[in-house]
Amino acid sequence: MSTTIPGTTIFDGREAMKGYGLNKMCYSFNSAANRAEFLRDEDAYCERFGLTPAQRDAVRRRDVLAMIEQGGNIYYLAKLAGIFGLNVQDIGAQQTGVAVDEFRAKLEAAGD
Amino acid sequence: MARIVGGIYTSHIPAIGAAIARGAEQDPYWKPFFDAYPPVRRWLETVKPDVAVMVYNDHGLNFFLDKLPTFAVGAAPQYLNADEGWGLPTLAPFRGDPKLSWHVIESLVADEFDITSCQEMYVDHAFVVPMQLLWGGGREIRTLPVAINTVQHPLPTPRRCYHLGQALGRAIESYPEDLKVVVVSTGGLSHQLDGKRAGFINKNFDLMCLEKIVSDPEALTKLTIEELVEDAGTQGVELIMWLVGRGALTGKVAELHRHYHIPVSNTAAGLLLLDNAA
Repeated sequence: MSTTIPGTTIFDGREAMKGYGLNKMCYSFNSAANRAEFLRDEDAYCERFGLTPAQRDAVRRRDVLAMIEQGGNIYYLAKLAGIFGLNVQDIGAQQTGVAVDEFRAKLEAAGD
Repeated sequence: MARIVGGIYTSHIPAIGAAIARGAEQDPYWKPFFDAYPPVRRWLETVKPDVAVMVYNDHGLNFFLDKLPTFAVGAAPQYLNADEGWGLPTLAPFRGDPKLSWHVIESLVADEFDITSCQEMYVDHAFVVPMQLLWGGGREIRTLPVAINTVQHPLPTPRRCYHLGQALGRAIESYPEDLKVVVVSTGGLSHQLDGKRAGFINKNFDLMCLEKIVSDPEALTKLTIEELVEDAGTQGVELIMWLVGRGALTGKVAELHRHYHIPVSNTAAGLLLLDNAA
C-alpha cells in the first residue's frame, strides 16, 4: 500500500501476497545450509521459490528498493543481506543513495 | 497471589547483541548506551522477580507469513533461540513456566483476547537481547513470551495493545501462587530500516512518548498505526509493545529510571523502569 508518507511502504496484505515467494526464500536463510545452497547455485535456489522475473532481477542486482517494490519485507530481506555481510546501515545507505559513512553521520546528527 | 512488581521498557536492536558478543560494551560508541543499564540491573537484583513476561515482536524466526498471529503467548517449558541469518550467536534456552502460561492464556481468552498459544516457540533478538541486557542472559528467571505482530499490516492498534496489557495484568494478578512478576516490553524507539526514508529518527516524538508512557499512556492510545509509522518510522511502531507493558501496570506507578540515546545502529534507544506498587 502506498501511503502519503514519503519513502515508506506499508507492508499489508497486498504487499504480502505480491512478495510471498521472495519473502519465503529469505525466511529460509535462517538456516546456514540454505544460505550456503543459495551461494552455490543462486538461480536454482530462486527458481525453487518461484520468484517472479522482477523479483529475480532485483535479487540479482542486490537492489533493496526494487525488492521492496516487489513485495519484499525488510525483516526477511535483512536475512538475504546478511549472506553478503551487509547490515541495516549498509542497506540503509544503499536505499538512500549515500555512502555508509554519510548514512551513519545522519543518524548521529539525529541526536542533536 | 502473583504480583506485578514493575515494568521495564527497552530497545532490542540486534547490534546490541553483536556488541555484547565481542565485548564492546565500553567502546566509545557503545558506552553511553550500556551505561544506562546498571541501575535497572541493581533494581532487579534487589527486587528479584521470579518471572519475566517478555512482550516482544518476532522478526521472522518463529513466525512466517504463512501463519502469523496478531497476539501469541508461549506455553513451553523452555524457549529456544536460533540462527536469524545474520550472525548473532545462538544463546542457550530460556526457562518457561507452562503453568503460569496456561493460566494467562485462559484468563486472556475469558477476557475476550483470542490469542494464539504456542507450546514450541523460538525467541529472536527482540527477546534475547533484553534478557542479556537485564540479566546477563537470564538463566535463572522464568519467562513468559507474549509476541505481537509488527511485521504485516493490519497491526493491532495502540489502543488494543494497551487493553491487552490491562488484561495481561488482570491475568497475572489473579494467579494464586506468590510470584513476583516483571513485565518487560521490548522494541523502539523511532527507527525505519526500509525505503527511501531509511534512517528516519524523531527525537521530539520519542521524548514525548517516554513522558507519556510514564504519566499518561492513554494519550498514546489515541494514535493510529499510520500516525505511528509517520512519526516513529515503519519499525518505530514497536511502541505498541510498550503500550502492552504499560497497560499491565495497574498499581501505583513511579518512574525509577529513564534513558534515551541516539543512535544505536539505525535506532533511537529508549529505556524506562517503572515501579508498580500495590
